[in-house]
Amino acid sequence: MAMQAGTEAHQRMLDVVEAMKHQDGALLPILHGIQDEFGYVPAESVPVIADALNLSRADVHGVITFYHDYRSAPAGRHVLKICRAEACQAMGGEAMAERAEDLLGIKFHQTAADNSVTLEPTYCLGLCACAPAAQLDGQLIGRLDEERLREIVSEVRL
Amino acid sequence: MSLKIYVPRDSAALALGADKVAKAIAGEAAKRGSEITIVRNGSRGMTWLEPMVEVETPAGRVAYGPVKPADVASLFEADFINGNSHSLWLGDPEAIPFFARQQRLTFARCGLTDPLSLEDYEAHGGLSGLRKALELAPIEIVKQVTESGLRGRGGAGFPTGIKWQTVHDAKATNKYIVCNADEGDSGTFADRMIMEGDPFVLIEGMAIAGIATGATKGYIYIRSEYPEAIKIMREAVAIAQRAGLLGWNVLGSPNMFDMEVRVGAGAYVCGEETALLNSLEGKRGVVRAKPPLPAIEGLFGKPTVINNVISLASVPIILDKGAAFYKDFGIGRSRGTMPLQIAGNVKHAGLFEAAFGMTLGEIVNEIGGGTATGRPVKAVQVGGPLGAYFPESLFDTPFDYEAFAAKGGLIGHAGIVVFDDTADMLNQARFAMEFCAIESCGKCTPCRIGSTRGVETIDKIRAGIEPEKNLALVTDLCNTMKFGSLCALGGFTPYPVMSAITHFPEDFAPVPMREAAE
Repeated sequence: MAMQAGTEAHQRMLDVVEAMKHQDGALLPILHGIQDEFGYVPAESVPVIADALNLSRADVHGVITFYHDYRSAPAGRHVLKICRAEACQAMGGEAMAERAEDLLGIKFHQTAADNSVTLEPTYCLGLCACAPAAQLDGQLIGRLDEERLREIVSEVRL
Repeated sequence: MSLKIYVPRDSAALALGADKVAKAIAGEAAKRGSEITIVRNGSRGMTWLEPMVEVETPAGRVAYGPVKPADVASLFEADFINGNSHSLWLGDPEAIPFFARQQRLTFARCGLTDPLSLEDYEAHGGLSGLRKALELAPIEIVKQVTESGLRGRGGAGFPTGIKWQTVHDAKATNKYIVCNADEGDSGTFADRMIMEGDPFVLIEGMAIAGIATGATKGYIYIRSEYPEAIKIMREAVAIAQRAGLLGWNVLGSPNMFDMEVRVGAGAYVCGEETALLNSLEGKRGVVRAKPPLPAIEGLFGKPTVINNVISLASVPIILDKGAAFYKDFGIGRSRGTMPLQIAGNVKHAGLFEAAFGMTLGEIVNEIGGGTATGRPVKAVQVGGPLGAYFPESLFDTPFDYEAFAAKGGLIGHAGIVVFDDTADMLNQARFAMEFCAIESCGKCTPCRIGSTRGVETIDKIRAGIEPEKNLALVTDLCNTMKFGSLCALGGFTPYPVMSAITHFPEDFAPVPMREAAE
């Protein structure tokens, strides 16, 4: 995507920054806004944000790379997050995580070759009383089992 | 008036299909011409019964669960809207033994009311704490909280009233109330449940904190892994602003207090209070050295009360019923109630609010009903990823800050994760180090480097490479991390690691020996 000054994408970036820059501690809300808009935080947004907040580009880059949520490249069409924390481990979550890798043919932090899905670990969705837990895009899933996992795999490949 | 049917909108209920159940009920009711209103309440906390549907009958609420969309037609067939019998019939939800044994103070309304109805909130005792606070001098409010014995429910257990006193006494143009809703510990979900099930109680608690300390602005920092809680809290704040509960004149008083919701970005360490403050300021979530304490120099360098969700949500009832009422619950220096979160491999998983003092064994076996798999309990991790693993031989430990510390553990945010005998404690110790390595903010060396070296050394033990020497090395490393780290991430990772080594030494024996033993 071309994001140089004057392009439509650049304008969208400016709009997000402009709408949020006046609040105290604006950087995280701006980065969330950029990621909501583009699906990731494009490198081209760094100078735009730095300029608006009177920060150095290194400052902005440092914040983006600190947090797990901000992506430097777009994810697949779907994002499947599987919880890998203790309560889910206690209910066979690790076996589910391995099955997910097998069924999708990718490892964690990877996106399928057909761009259908990105597989990510998460450390707790607060669904520890109905573990193992997962999240497919916005949808929360409790008591994940082989059957549900197979449904998810066929769903994301549609 | 049409009949009310309650279908929870709590994340756990949603994860188990509550939206589909609500849709099926609406569809079936329309088909049959039954006039019903579906209320999306919070959860009562009996997660193994979710989605738990309740109907309001003249004789009181009647529950059914766990309900699947396919059960809905038969529920109507059985005339469940009048509370009639069905195979999923549970009767009065408050008479279910798991619920009836609780002492619900903080969670009194959770699951009972419509979370986004301020009228419902007030009708069930909401806002009376704030109204009483508005009649008191700020220092009197602080005194009530101090006298109640309330300690930080986020994990550290620091007396809430002392924090408030410090901020009250500080002189500054701006002061802040920050609510730490970055509930990242596995096995904990009490913050999420109260935000989704009774958001106004948190808003009320923060407003009281503001009035008590002279702070006029509040922030609720919610982790991004909680999309439903974020949505509900944002709506609740907007409702509170429109109703004059927040703003220039809180409930028509001369006191100003307003707040907003901020969203984290997936960094566990931001649950540490100073890292959270940096994150709120728009910086990397790196831990700050203390002193200065946040109560003196906190958010944007100003005096800041930073409290956990449950601490703040417990304040309204303290102000309403008085410090003595709250203090009457509990034992020793652990006063009041604690929402226990019983999770992992356990039959009756869910939220159980009770006074301090029950033993760990009672919680796991009597309340939780043992493991979900039916196998023997091997270990129970109390207090999240930084909490110790307890073996069955320590099940007589009473749930109390000091009693757990005396046994080499911590109660933390009261998450209790049960493991059956298939758990490999070497794996769990390795995971604790790995998690610390993934989430370390990188500021201090023991945590940043120690965690990675810890993983490598535990791998060597597993591979049978000089196991005794490496076990001694891990112990030494844990000692360095415990005393040399800046915050609880590096400082408490030794708890799960050392408790696994101490209580389950057989799992750390070299592989050939472990095989021979089996």
